Amino acid sequence: MISLKESKRSALVSLWFMFLTFPIMVIKVDAIEKTIIWRWENMFYVGFGSFILSIFGRIFFERQKNRREKQLSEKIQQHNLIQILLREPKYLYPLAAAFFLFALTFPHLFSTYQINVMTTALMYVVLGLGLNIVVGVAGLLDLGYVAFYAVGAYSYALLNFHFGMTFWMVLPLGALLAALFGVLLGFPVLRLRGDYLAIVTLAFGEIIRLVMENWNAFSQGPSGISNIPRPGLLGFDLTLNQAITYLYYLMIVMVLITIFVVNRLQNSRLGRAWIALREDEIACQAMGIDKTKTKLTAFALGATWAGLVGVIFAAKTTFINPASFTFLESAIILAIVVLGGMGSILGVILGAIILILLPEYLRALSDYRMLAFGAIMVSMMVFRPQGLISNVRRHYQYRPQKGEQE
Amino acid sequence: MLELQHVHSFYGNIQALKGVSLTINEGEIISLIGANGAGKSTTLMSVCGIVKPRSGKITFQGQSVHHLPADQIVTLGISQVPEGRHIFPHLSVRENLDMGAFLRTDKDGIKRDLDYVFSLFPILEERSGQAGGNLSGGEQQMLAMSRALMARPKLLLLDEPSMGLAPLIITQIFDIIKKINKEQNTTIFLVEQNANQALQISDRGYVIENGKITLTQNAADLMQNPAVQKAYLGI
Repeated sequence: MISLKESKRSALVSLWFMFLTFPIMVIKVDAIEKTIIWRWENMFYVGFGSFILSIFGRIFFERQKNRREKQLSEKIQQHNLIQILLREPKYLYPLAAAFFLFALTFPHLFSTYQINVMTTALMYVVLGLGLNIVVGVAGLLDLGYVAFYAVGAYSYALLNFHFGMTFWMVLPLGALLAALFGVLLGFPVLRLRGDYLAIVTLAFGEIIRLVMENWNAFSQGPSGISNIPRPGLLGFDLTLNQAITYLYYLMIVMVLITIFVVNRLQNSRLGRAWIALREDEIACQAMGIDKTKTKLTAFALGATWAGLVGVIFAAKTTFINPASFTFLESAIILAIVVLGGMGSILGVILGAIILILLPEYLRALSDYRMLAFGAIMVSMMVFRPQGLISNVRRHYQYRPQKGEQE
Repeated sequence: MLELQHVHSFYGNIQALKGVSLTINEGEIISLIGANGAGKSTTLMSVCGIVKPRSGKITFQGQSVHHLPADQIVTLGISQVPEGRHIFPHLSVRENLDMGAFLRTDKDGIKRDLDYVFSLFPILEERSGQAGGNLSGGEQQMLAMSRALMARPKLLLLDEPSMGLAPLIITQIFDIIKKINKEQNTTIFLVEQNANQALQISDRGYVIENGKITLTQNAADLMQNPAVQKAYLGI
């Protein structure tokens, strides 16, 4: 199974790792005693560990390659388990029902802390689905998505602060404002694509954050806006715990609405235009699709969800400042989309839940939390570059019977 | 049907077309032949609005189109098969064809045209579930042509349909171009390097050199023209 050549390569890899980690793992300088401690045993651990890992990696890739070749030669495209589950209604419906029931009873089973974490995860689900429209479906790499999130959050905070507007009044307004900003960003980048588009959107995100940070008279600068009221429920007085549970259910409803709308959008005429735009811009124009309108609607509709979630975010934390809207947020949302599988709704949902919950539940590893998180992400991209659940659209099977070719 | 009058087109500061004028009548097959960089593709791009002419006039069925955006020109009935095919690589053959009918709403008509296209290119029906990017070059060219036909154009613009294809497939493609012209009464404007093949099926031909039309004649006469023979036919 492992040839001599392979083991030789692995040995080289481990040598390289030993060399790389030598300064930090082996040498330890005691600045007070002015001595150097040589921890040679660490070098052995690193070497041995990387050798084993590299061997396993090689075996894995070898197997995967063999399997792929076998599939190609037999001309059978196997679907993975998840896709089979999704295709068959007899599995899909009970599964969906079970999930729904779990989601409904969640607040009664777990602590407030857990509910809070889950609400955050659900917010990222909606954010991910929104960005999925722009990045996954329309193929426009947007690195400044958090700007629209900020627009939503600040529109609630400011409108409430100055005019006393309630959550429910601002929710549609925030979405509208975010959509407006989406169009605003869309216009200058109409002619850009790929890397250039990414740079401009990145700058746009930073501009919004920097304006909020420095325009004290408008946004109260880095000190932020506090005492933002939580969403009201028909005038009832809610305790803190009730408010958190209420927000959780609100987010569940939001997620359901988002899934419904995004799903409909993807299968609509507009969705097809977005896909055409992603695939080939020249051909898209040759099909008679209005490129300008298609791009702008993608930006606007993507931004709308960020605006909605932004309003909810402000209401959830009751305090916002520009530090919540850094580039890292955009990167995480983008990672959700890519990790989950671009263009796939279920993938994005799963990606959001994993990416947000994982760091929380990895707290047991304390100091190594982020390291483990990073390692998981890297290995994800190595082993499943198409995302957790790749878009089902991309899997086709030729069936000779007529009427089944859809 | 289509008329270009003194069209000047630029890429940035570089002038690609220096006053191109040509006329295409309904039902004709017209070829535009010329060397690399003569302005053949630019002429097509100018007609379908992807490169906007800086001056000059383009009229289609009496309506001036040079100021319209590309998507509206398609609405009028001009479909283009872009150079290098530009099919949607991740969509299936069937989805590619559906995309071609993007502007249409008549379901029956679309179905009929789909059947017609499949009758022209049976291989596409066989491959209808495969991703467009997995097709061979010739099949991709067939797909690109079919996709353009799905829009039911009055005028079909073909940019180098023979590019990078085997001689046998080129003959097949040109036969079908002729067939489309006859059966559907689609006017065809063909831009080609492969002057010999193009002129054989054309009614008339234009020769473009350095952004200017230098010669126009019946296709048969052009093939006999010594200058053309020397420069483009390799005789």
